[in-house]
Amino acid sequence: MEIRLRRTMLYIPGNNPGMLQIADIFGADSVLFDLEDSVPHSEKDSARDLVSNMIKYRAYENIEITVRVNPLNTPYFEDDVKEIIAAKKLQAIRLPKTNRAEDVDKLAKLIGKYEKENEIAIGTINIHPMIETALGVENAFSIATSSVRVNAITIGGQDLTADMGIAKTKSGEEILWARSRIVMAAKAARIDAVDTIFADINDKNGLIEETRLIKKLGFTGKAVINPRQIEPIHKIFTPTEKEILWAQEVIETYDKGLKEGKGVIALRGKMIDPPVVKRAEKIITISKLGK
Amino acid sequence: MKNQLGIDIPEYVENLGKLIPYKGAFKRIKNLQKEDLRLTPTKIRTYLPERNKLVSSLEKAIERSGLKNGDTISFHHHLRGGDFLLMKVVETLDKMGFKDLTIFSSSLTRAHQNLYEYVEKGVVKKIFTSGLRGELGKFVSRGKMDIPVVIRSHGGRARAIKTGEVKIDVAFISAPSSDKEGNLNGVRGPSACGSLGYAMVDAQYANCVIAVTDNLVDYPNTPISIPQYQVDYVVKIDRLGDPDKIGSDSTRLTNNPVDLVIAENAANVIYNSGYFREGMSFQTGAGGASLATAKYLADIMEEKKVIGSYAIGGISSYIVDIYKRGLFKKMFDVQSFDKGVVSSLLENDDHIEINADFYANPFNSGAIINNLDVVVLAAYEIDTDFNVNVLVDSHGYAQGASGGHSDTAATAKLTIIVAPSFRSRIPTVVNKVNTVITPGETVDILVTERGIAINPRRKDLMENLKGKGLPIKDIHQLREKVEIITNNPKMFEFTDKICGFIEYRDGTIIDTIKQVVEK
Repeated sequence: MEIRLRRTMLYIPGNNPGMLQIADIFGADSVLFDLEDSVPHSEKDSARDLVSNMIKYRAYENIEITVRVNPLNTPYFEDDVKEIIAAKKLQAIRLPKTNRAEDVDKLAKLIGKYEKENEIAIGTINIHPMIETALGVENAFSIATSSVRVNAITIGGQDLTADMGIAKTKSGEEILWARSRIVMAAKAARIDAVDTIFADINDKNGLIEETRLIKKLGFTGKAVINPRQIEPIHKIFTPTEKEILWAQEVIETYDKGLKEGKGVIALRGKMIDPPVVKRAEKIITISKLGK
Repeated sequence: MKNQLGIDIPEYVENLGKLIPYKGAFKRIKNLQKEDLRLTPTKIRTYLPERNKLVSSLEKAIERSGLKNGDTISFHHHLRGGDFLLMKVVETLDKMGFKDLTIFSSSLTRAHQNLYEYVEKGVVKKIFTSGLRGELGKFVSRGKMDIPVVIRSHGGRARAIKTGEVKIDVAFISAPSSDKEGNLNGVRGPSACGSLGYAMVDAQYANCVIAVTDNLVDYPNTPISIPQYQVDYVVKIDRLGDPDKIGSDSTRLTNNPVDLVIAENAANVIYNSGYFREGMSFQTGAGGASLATAKYLADIMEEKKVIGSYAIGGISSYIVDIYKRGLFKKMFDVQSFDKGVVSSLLENDDHIEINADFYANPFNSGAIINNLDVVVLAAYEIDTDFNVNVLVDSHGYAQGASGGHSDTAATAKLTIIVAPSFRSRIPTVVNKVNTVITPGETVDILVTERGIAINPRRKDLMENLKGKGLPIKDIHQLREKVEIITNNPKMFEFTDKICGFIEYRDGTIIDTIKQVVEK
């Protein structure tokens, strides 16, 4: 399985040609062209045309290309999927309002059909189900494991709180359980967990605080709505020099200990066992992928 | 004859005289001793002590100045887009029946775009300026001037005044604050504009100086930017300008995400260039990416505890804020960009008003920019030889200004151009710029949102910036990359008619403004 960083997924409104043009210059790990909530009904078709043509003709560099399509129960859903796959260079579809595994099935079948039609290797395009209802949260694990195409699940904070009939707060206690539930489902399924957006683009400290929290919970990244949010998130998700040095030392000490046939291997008095080594290896991998 | 950039320059132009082709950024300066130049003689005027300088109207002051048809009159542009005086003077001269005058302004803004009407009437025959905007720029680019305009840099203008290449017969100085004897400053009054740096040179070398003010104060008026011994007449009028257009309250940082990416790249370039050090000096423009570079640079300076010696140039209130954070020890101000700067000039002893000669003149014993470490400049276009155009826009019209661009590029140890790689669908990085204002040999680095290109002349910078995680590309690669996005838009065509000359800071001719073909 490919290893890639998904620290930030930058939302770009699908009806904004200026933003579509510059989507790849901000250093986000993924771009998330949106056909759903940021596009008014009167522009659904033109945004779809615009996004699929941009993906087709524009050489985006060093960035994962994903699109959030309109939900299953809308008249736009199938055309969205069809057109953006025909653009060929798509890497993943974000499926909003995923309530159950069957929703992913429907999308997976449709993707298969259009991959075939467009002579794209079957299984190329991944699915990122977006869990933003109470039902979706309850079904998180079955959604996460519903298809081999699913390599990340995500949470939509605004819609989820609306579905729960409560207000979304900045501190976010009300979605803490849902976040934890989704992370656990993702970890169990060995896929990425991507957090919801932080809406106040002028509150850098708030963003940093929230990102630290979701990293602690186990999320692998976060959706962003403004390029200015990328750098602080990357900083938090990128290992520090100190962490990298520690990880290198752990691996070296462990390898040396194995060669010497030591039963218990320790670094400065702290035991190094396989889970610690695994974490160290992950730090090294991420540091190599990150810019 | 061809100049060093291969551009055809006539040897002689009727009404302008002999032209010297550009031979390289420092060629003439190196050999200047052989030319044995002298300061221009300026008419000595004496008056009896009891004489009253106050004159009741512009007309009377003009009458007394001895101005004749064909003379040269000078202005400054410190009131920017809010200036009323230049047009008011030209209107008055028209009513008085003057003809064939030369307008010699430190620059021309949108406030002066109707000047073309007075060219058509024959009141104005020649225009010497740093910039052209609006209808006047179009008029020039359409080839409507009988005599080509001459575009000078701010340093080059000071040079031309001192050598007498341009002799000012009457200088009209818009003075936001004056007393009856003509002690002038720009820091008080309803039309306060800050520094009077450009006008200070005019006042020193003009044969006659008329100060015009809307704020006549008790004698003596201090601080004194222009002293009474250089001023012949003082005229009080109702309003010098529109305060709203003279300057906003403060210069705001851009929110444009592309500009911010460019600025962050540029700050990282400075940080890794080898010039980021204690005591560094710095200049930047007030434009989007340029000013934002100052923000990112200041943050790095703060983090690394590095304090600069001075910031210079057009000073904006954002630079004042950086000074207040203790990150630069001094500010040298030839031109103030907003009202926040005006109050700083009054309040901070380290905020020093300087004249254009001191600022950037290449023909003196040492302009302050000779000590400049880093300058960040904008561009309309930059070509693969790093030549920069800041004058002619993508419609083929002269709609910009030379300013201090070529002056600071020539002298700064590190010259950075910040620009988006394309605007709308027009590429900024091109094979050949339309009009060269700043020669590529004086430009070190181009920073765009899609990559950074280092001038191959600067092997040292290539070495310093290697392996620092910066997106460095060959400028040809960068151009090709942009071309993939924009394709090759059909650009405007030009005839062979010369509408203007771009004078380099040393007085040689680096390029021409061509007549645009309008469809």
